[in-house]
Amino acid sequence: MALKQTMRRRVGVTAAAWLVAFLIFFPILWMFLTSFKTEADAYAIPPKFLFFHWTTENYAEVQSRVDYFLHAYNSIVLSIGANLAGLLIAIPAAWSMAFAPTKRTKDLLMWMLSTKMMPSAGVFMAVYFLFLRAHLLDSRWGVGFLLMMANLPILAWMLYTYFKEIPVDILEAARMDGASLLNEIIYVLTPMAVPGIASTMLLAIILSWNEAFWTLNLTNVTAAPLTNMIASFSSPEGDFWALLSAASVLAIAPILVLGWFSQKQLVRGLTFGAVK
Amino acid sequence: MGSIQLKQVRKDFAGIAVINGVDLNVENGEFTVFVGPSGCGKSTLLRLIAGLEDISSGQILIDGVDVSAVGPSQRGLSMVFQSYALYPHMSVRNNIAFALKMAKLPTDVIDQKVKKAAGILNLTDYLDRKPRQLSGGQRQRVAIGRAIVREPKAFLFDEPLSNLDAALRVQMRLEIGDLHHSLKTTMIYVTHDQVEAMTMADKIVVLNKGSVAQIGSPLELYNRPQNLFVARFIGSPTMNLVTGPSAAKRGAATIGVRPEHVSLSTSEGEWPAKVRIAEHLGSDTFVYVEADGIGPMTARLAGEAPGENGQRVFITPQEPRLHLFDKDGLRIKR
Repeated sequence: MALKQTMRRRVGVTAAAWLVAFLIFFPILWMFLTSFKTEADAYAIPPKFLFFHWTTENYAEVQSRVDYFLHAYNSIVLSIGANLAGLLIAIPAAWSMAFAPTKRTKDLLMWMLSTKMMPSAGVFMAVYFLFLRAHLLDSRWGVGFLLMMANLPILAWMLYTYFKEIPVDILEAARMDGASLLNEIIYVLTPMAVPGIASTMLLAIILSWNEAFWTLNLTNVTAAPLTNMIASFSSPEGDFWALLSAASVLAIAPILVLGWFSQKQLVRGLTFGAVK
Repeated sequence: MGSIQLKQVRKDFAGIAVINGVDLNVENGEFTVFVGPSGCGKSTLLRLIAGLEDISSGQILIDGVDVSAVGPSQRGLSMVFQSYALYPHMSVRNNIAFALKMAKLPTDVIDQKVKKAAGILNLTDYLDRKPRQLSGGQRQRVAIGRAIVREPKAFLFDEPLSNLDAALRVQMRLEIGDLHHSLKTTMIYVTHDQVEAMTMADKIVVLNKGSVAQIGSPLELYNRPQNLFVARFIGSPTMNLVTGPSAAKRGAATIGVRPEHVSLSTSEGEWPAKVRIAEHLGSDTFVYVEADGIGPMTARLAGEAPGENGQRVFITPQEPRLHLFDKDGLRIKR
């Protein structure tokens, strides 16, 4: 009797999980399907789900209108570059907070986190004019720098929680073995923290990839990443849904693939703080 | 050369003196043990010598040179941690070689030294394993190997045997003793286990609440404890302490006698008592009694001795083996 109940329960829970997953995934699925429709089918009411005339004309149109590879290149360079640079700053910062905390460390952590609570629109004018004066508009360095700064609190916080998991006496053993502080970080801390650093980087790359506000407002042609590409298909002529869908699918494809292959690390990274 | 001197070393944590003005001299080649109850500051003192913590005042000298401002990596000491603190991402070989790599020695010299250390500690077959693939005792040996290979001025051991089971502890105790014998390097060893202290040490430093209670050889501490704290701490079962008229008539505020230095009789003796329980170990018998007007006492008798719950007995101390203490708990010299 008990076995049957457990089986029933498992089937029930699995079915519910699949349902929730389907509901969450549905917008992306719909977008994917729409990208293969003609504009007329895209607007059809009642909506056509699977049975319509499948076409790749939208993808061809996107390719002809914009330079996908330039935008993709910018997205990749900005996401990875900004966060690698951020790591160089966040690792020592997290080290100091985890292994040499002072009375003020907790306050510092809260303050860093609080900067993420501020809406970007609040500082938009100031940043825009700074970039204008410094000739940084539409430059990869400029927007890359900003993306790095925006992610620093997250990088520092997540690395801090991972570093706290590392037993301090292993680092002390390294000191007794004659390692300077730099050697301690390079040879002992970083290799031990690699899973944590990987999770942090993945999350940060995804956040930067999706960052639309700053990329749309501070870049134009040269440094425009995929977010700009999607936005360019929302025109005053009206929204061409099928076209927009095709552009969006192209924009999120790389990051979806990355996320799929690294889902274990992502889940670990996102839930880590909660478990302790 | 590995002599270490502490002069009036103090360590404050948040305004509280954790180490309270310690003076200490460790001669080159000596095996010194820091022993004391939990929280007495023995690990802190070791970490101050290692340089892992800064002293609040005082001086630490290694071979006559003041190292108070020198970092742990430059003091020329090696430490074996209670948790072993092995590098989990490195093989045994690389764990042992790490210090030499930091010292930028040539690869062939490193290989040779690692091989030698592994040979001494029976680790040659495990050189390519990772720490997680080793047993507790093997990990302990790797930790020791890592310390040996640097040829330090002194070894610092922070309760290295606490995480091992009883049988392994005895074996490792002997191995560390052998190591000291062959290397002849100064060793400072922290433990809360007085058996380890008594069996391994040339010199014992008994610490209590951040201050030194007594420094001496194991037998000195056993035969001539300078205060009540040391008298109670060294020796198992604990020394019997008696106040009141028995002490006063001998000119002391408290007298102490070890359980092995009393005799038990059913007919006559100094202190009448009632047996609470007798533990028969075959080689010894421990008789726990409630002495009238005094309280609990322990007698240790050789071989098999009679003793039943509730039995009335008399306990008599051996006069020459009595310890006398004044009202401040300090030893009265006879």
